Amino acid sequence: MSALSFIIAGMLAAAMPFLLAALGELVAERSGVLNLGIEGMMALGAVVAFIVVRQSGGHAMGFVAAGLASAALSLVFAWLALAVRANQVAAGLAIGILGQGLSALFGKRYESLTVPGLPKLSVPGLSDLPLVGGLFSQDAVVWLGLLATLAIWATLRFSKLGLVIRAVGENPHAARALGYNVIGIRYGAVAFGGLMAGFAGAYAATVYTPLWAEGMIAGRGWIALALVVFATWMTGRVVFGAVLFGAVSLSQLAAQAGGVALNSQLLASLPYIVTILVLGAISANKRLLKINGVASLGEPFGR
Amino acid sequence: MGIWMIRRTTASRRMAVLAPMGALALAIVLNFLLYIVMGNDPAAVFYALLLEPFVSWSSFSEVLLKMTPLLLIAQGLAIGFRAKVINIGAEGQFILGAIFASSIPVWFPQATGGWIWPLMLLLGGVGGALWAVLPAFWRVRLNASEILVTLMMSLIAAQLLAYLLVGPWKDPMGFNFPQTVMFQWDAMVPTLIPGTRVNVALILALLWSALAYVYMQKSFQGYQLVVGGLAPHATAYAGFSEGRAVWLSLLIGGFAAGLAGAAEVAGPMGQLQRGISSGYGYAAIIVAYLGGLHPVGILFSSLFMAALYIGGDNAMVSAGLPVAAVRVFQGSLLCCYLAAIVLVRYRLVRDGQEAPA
Repeated sequence: MSALSFIIAGMLAAAMPFLLAALGELVAERSGVLNLGIEGMMALGAVVAFIVVRQSGGHAMGFVAAGLASAALSLVFAWLALAVRANQVAAGLAIGILGQGLSALFGKRYESLTVPGLPKLSVPGLSDLPLVGGLFSQDAVVWLGLLATLAIWATLRFSKLGLVIRAVGENPHAARALGYNVIGIRYGAVAFGGLMAGFAGAYAATVYTPLWAEGMIAGRGWIALALVVFATWMTGRVVFGAVLFGAVSLSQLAAQAGGVALNSQLLASLPYIVTILVLGAISANKRLLKINGVASLGEPFGR
Repeated sequence: MGIWMIRRTTASRRMAVLAPMGALALAIVLNFLLYIVMGNDPAAVFYALLLEPFVSWSSFSEVLLKMTPLLLIAQGLAIGFRAKVINIGAEGQFILGAIFASSIPVWFPQATGGWIWPLMLLLGGVGGALWAVLPAFWRVRLNASEILVTLMMSLIAAQLLAYLLVGPWKDPMGFNFPQTVMFQWDAMVPTLIPGTRVNVALILALLWSALAYVYMQKSFQGYQLVVGGLAPHATAYAGFSEGRAVWLSLLIGGFAAGLAGAAEVAGPMGQLQRGISSGYGYAAIIVAYLGGLHPVGILFSSLFMAALYIGGDNAMVSAGLPVAAVRVFQGSLLCCYLAAIVLVRYRLVRDGQEAPA
């Protein structure tokens, strides 16, 4: 298999942890809440899924348990940020540290153990194509993840629910005046973000590399956070960014295998560098920020 | 029936002291419930984690050693936090400080003289401040949130460190380990208390705390920073620019974190390596908040947090508690604190019970 077809075949799977977590964070941020705890929520989801799958609960059960665990952790954040009106940055970092700690704690007995992955489901015909065939042979989670992406995009863009979430993020006072429960909607958005981060962690630990190692999320939560900004809070661009960074991480592997010297640290820094540049570019331009940004992001809402 | 939060007309001083203590008590209860569920002996863990760091001089000296970087970083960060400049990139500024300081022993391993370690500390501070220049510029000139930019800069710093350690700065005789040469004697901060690892950097951290106290509590500029954080429009009207507050906050915070990084490589580490930080930059954020962003409070919170690290090591050895328990404790402690601290500025009132103004 050539390096190119290797990357094309694997990039969706590599993108999945970024994509799922970033989509969840996108919804939370669209409602006006900045949750910096993604890395910890993913780590918790990863360990919960791994333990459940290892105890032969199966992958479906593992994903459900992971999603619920991370959503529960995100509700702790939501309670602090929304009910207690604590500083969102501090609260996000707190549950991030808590999640990473719990993950390491629960995973201690599972260090270096493995679980079975998931089989690939191929699209008949298309998966036999030269070069790009691998793209059409993915595990069930990738297919479901792509469907979920489509659903989130459509919900945010076309449904009333999506409109309300965006309104709450843009102008919570106006949304409240219209009779919407701002705090309730934000709780929901944050919990959805936790659920997705849990799925992302579960995918990383039980499907993508089905082996437990402490700290296995390895900064993918931070990349997901960066992606949301990089994508200027647009669903389509999140998908593009996630697949791009997935492909970049694979090209690193392909280059190593091929004996090509790539500066892997520079590659690993790329998402962060790009995010800083994008953040500078959109923030500098008031009009761009108005179109793209979320006006009330990170600001507490109270009576 | 519900409970409402009513804003107090003035912050409660009594609560400002009681809330952190209540949070600590709650965190201890929650974490010990977890230890019991995990099958650890709670009495043994309690002794090893919370008491042992203070009972023997040898472990208390290690607490003082750990306290040094936390105190340095947290005092710097708190200044920014009070001005509402949220620098969460101390981790990266710490790493850059360590890198800048290491440049002397790495490039001039034969150099001798009493000037080497002070110059390294100074370089470290400069390195940390330089790493904060871009976020400050981005915020002041481009209006970009310093929260995300400082965070991204930290993640880049970690990669830069990794690059130096596997590439140009790797010890050629180091069996391919990602670390630099061991530093020469003169590149090490002198020991303060014989027989321990506590070094002169502790004095610097205490001096830095005194300076932070004078600056934030007594000086006009410190006052402007605090008021600027509370009422940006009022201070802008009074002619104090927000840009200056951002530059000051980020440069001070970066300098302090860089200094801490330098003191760490030139102190307990003795060489530049991957595990240079063990998360001090993030832990210091907890320390800063837990200390109520007040220089005196931070003195206590950094001591406690340092003791928690040492106690965690003790509890691993004597009570079989996994090291990760320390991070769980840190995270849950900050959660409890954030919940408790609300009582300083709000009163809780039941439904139907009219709040007297």
